[in-house]
Amino acid sequence: MGAQTQARATDPILLMKGITKVYPNGLVANSNVTFEVRKGEIHALVGENGAGKTTLMKVLFGLEKPDEGSIFIRGEEVKISSPNDAIRYGVGMVHQHFMLAPSLTVAENIVLGAEPRRGIWFDRRRAEQMCRELGEKYGLQVDPAARISDVPVGIRQRVEILKALMRGSDILVLDEPTAVLTPQETEELFEALKSLKEMGHTIIFISHKLREVKELSDRVTVLRSGRVIGTRNTDQVTVEETSRMMVGRDVVLRPMRPKAPAGPGEVKLLVNKLNLVRDGTHVLKDVSLQVRAGEILGVAGVEGNGQVELVEVITGLSPCDSGEVWVCRQDATGKSPGEIRDMGLSHIPQDRMIFGVASNASISENLISNRYNKAPVSNGFSLNLKAISRLSQELIGKFDIKTSSAQQAVGTLSGGNIQKVVIAREFSTGPQVIIANQPTRGIDIGATESVHKYLVEATESGTAVLLICADLNEVMSLSNRLIVMYEGQVVAYFDEVEGLTEEEIGLYMLGLKRQEPDQVTASMMGRPVE
Amino acid sequence: MSRNTWFELLRTGVAIAAALTIGFVVTSLVSESPVEAFGYFLKGPFTSIRRFGSFLEAAVPLTFTGLAVSLVFSAGQFNMGAEGQFFIGAVAATAAGVFLDLPPVIHTIVCLAAGMIAGAIGGFIPGVLKARWNASELVASLMLNYVFLKLGMYLITYHLRDPSAGALVSLPLKESSWLPQFTRTTKLHAGIFVMFLVVFLCYYFLYRTSRGYEARMTGQNLSFARYSGIPVLKVILLIQVLGGAVAGLGGAVEMLGIYRRFQWQASPGYGFDGVIIAILARNNPLLVPLAAVFLAYLRVGADVMAMYADVSAEMVSIIQAVIILLVTAEAFLAGYRHRLTLKEVKQRASAS
Repeated sequence: MGAQTQARATDPILLMKGITKVYPNGLVANSNVTFEVRKGEIHALVGENGAGKTTLMKVLFGLEKPDEGSIFIRGEEVKISSPNDAIRYGVGMVHQHFMLAPSLTVAENIVLGAEPRRGIWFDRRRAEQMCRELGEKYGLQVDPAARISDVPVGIRQRVEILKALMRGSDILVLDEPTAVLTPQETEELFEALKSLKEMGHTIIFISHKLREVKELSDRVTVLRSGRVIGTRNTDQVTVEETSRMMVGRDVVLRPMRPKAPAGPGEVKLLVNKLNLVRDGTHVLKDVSLQVRAGEILGVAGVEGNGQVELVEVITGLSPCDSGEVWVCRQDATGKSPGEIRDMGLSHIPQDRMIFGVASNASISENLISNRYNKAPVSNGFSLNLKAISRLSQELIGKFDIKTSSAQQAVGTLSGGNIQKVVIAREFSTGPQVIIANQPTRGIDIGATESVHKYLVEATESGTAVLLICADLNEVMSLSNRLIVMYEGQVVAYFDEVEGLTEEEIGLYMLGLKRQEPDQVTASMMGRPVE
Repeated sequence: MSRNTWFELLRTGVAIAAALTIGFVVTSLVSESPVEAFGYFLKGPFTSIRRFGSFLEAAVPLTFTGLAVSLVFSAGQFNMGAEGQFFIGAVAATAAGVFLDLPPVIHTIVCLAAGMIAGAIGGFIPGVLKARWNASELVASLMLNYVFLKLGMYLITYHLRDPSAGALVSLPLKESSWLPQFTRTTKLHAGIFVMFLVVFLCYYFLYRTSRGYEARMTGQNLSFARYSGIPVLKVILLIQVLGGAVAGLGGAVEMLGIYRRFQWQASPGYGFDGVIIAILARNNPLLVPLAAVFLAYLRVGADVMAMYADVSAEMVSIIQAVIILLVTAEAFLAGYRHRLTLKEVKQRASAS
């Protein structure tokens, strides 16, 4: 730590110079990227998804090998070929998806790999004490004896940060740390990060939420399509300027919700008292809701509070223990995904790489997966290749999928374009009901804008949309009506979204506040369910 | 698409070349005159019409089992059962050929159908076990090979045996059931037309029909298929049945075209070769005959070498093993591919 004493505030602690990384499928993730971070600053790395932020950080952490370029830490050129090297140079990473062992305790996770020992035994008491001390030192209190699987996401993230600090990291990389947090948890995280900065730590903060960047960071570097567009002092740029740098043009950050229909539309999706117990946990508890033609019903809530299960049951991907699902006045309870789709339901899945596409199959093949046995794509037996090619061209044009050919494998497209393939397929069958689960997760602002546009257009032409979204700002500005899910229950229903604040919804999301269950059902359903 | 296809071809080619080199090294270790021995191996299949014929004949059953395995692999399922399905298909065709009395052509068709049905049953069992109870189709199909082998031997021994023959063979098939051979010098027979028809049908099924699309998408990404509304369990069952039918048909064709009476005492091993062929052909039905011809070429070459030089035919197993290892090793030549990609990307960047 000798360098620390002589370091001035403007000294770069980290310099990544001319980094180029090309993935085996030909995707250029970083192209001659030069990235400089000063000691003791919070440096935001922003860009649309697929701009190369995560790749750049993976290079820094030794998870990806760059094809060109060099890395300097504290002025010395270093070679980082594994996370162990990175840790040795004081680089710590908090991943987007936490890398913790859920069955171990907080303390066990923090000391993992550097366990205190007494003789040949693991010294649990010492480990717990170390964690407590570390937590107090940095203002990141945790209960060392709690099991990871029992603590909320915000605490897990703290554990990740402490784990990095335990290994002596003074350059901390946080990859989209707020994606899974409630507004309150985000606030706490920011406080902790600011105090870490006070203590002389350097923080690299990856995000595409520009409001957070503005609030937290000292400087901001913008990446676009694998290149650096520029680095600015955060207090000298506006959110609008930054977003222009990210996208290359002006963007509307606040989407407009669809116009409310003139009268109450017909009920297109009806869910009545769904219950589901999985691994001993009541993941869905008496969930009832209805969505009418021409409206978006938003589902807010911290991830993991039953939203995934709700979608799985509605779409037929998993059975429920009790309750009913009706799609367009047809009983969809316990039917297969194919049968439910035939009733007029479309589904934008949360995880597009697992459910949304077959990544090695071509764009065409992915576009027809929900109509491969229907005219004009098929005569019931043979595929009509001409019709498929015509349909593909039409959808690629209409949904602005950027590709050289419909025969290209979907997996080689960018995240936003993959999502457009999913959207194109799901929206082009004339659906009556659309279940959109995190439809804009992990895609760039341009693609997010188009997804919003398609959702609003479909709704205004009479489709009923159930929108599940972890981004509170997004779900609040798109929805006509809103429910909040907490621990498998609908804990709040709002007939009118205008005028609600994020903080208020946040209280329901955290389970600190709830409406009476009967009241929720009664006010949403209007009249008793037939 | 084009870059990938080209790369895969290159990789297969390099793998074959590397394997042949290793084969030559091994030959020089065991042989007094390795160059001569290896010359027999490489040129053997072309040295006489009979050998050339026997190398093409051998490709026929290999194509059938290769197709059977490719179909099932395409749906992301394992198939280790082509061996037993091929065998029981041959037994069923033998029974139909021995017992039935039908006019020519029709008799042949009935025998082929009998083989297909027997094989299809062989595929149905692991398929239904998987679809209904999620039992591993790999284990089920592998174990069924023994069941079909023993069942077949029982049928031959107790119900179809020719008591006047000196060995354990079946009664001869009626001539009306035969697939005609083209010449006297080789055993090349009309079954080759059946083979080409099945190659085409398999290709058409996989790439041009809705059912085939279902199967391929199930193989590409099962979760995606289920989410899209594809009835994946039905697909799995169907593909296993089809695979079984193709393997069973292969057994029947072999009986009617080459042997004309059942004389196997053990399973002839075409099913496991089918796995090798499916891997070489990347499950593409149109490439299966090529892969089968290649494997048959190695086999016949090895026989010729064993006959004329001091190297045993088993050496060919080494070559086979090396080819399979290199072709299936994802990382083999990956560095080269990455440099190509990098170069292409740079060209594109400087062009724009």
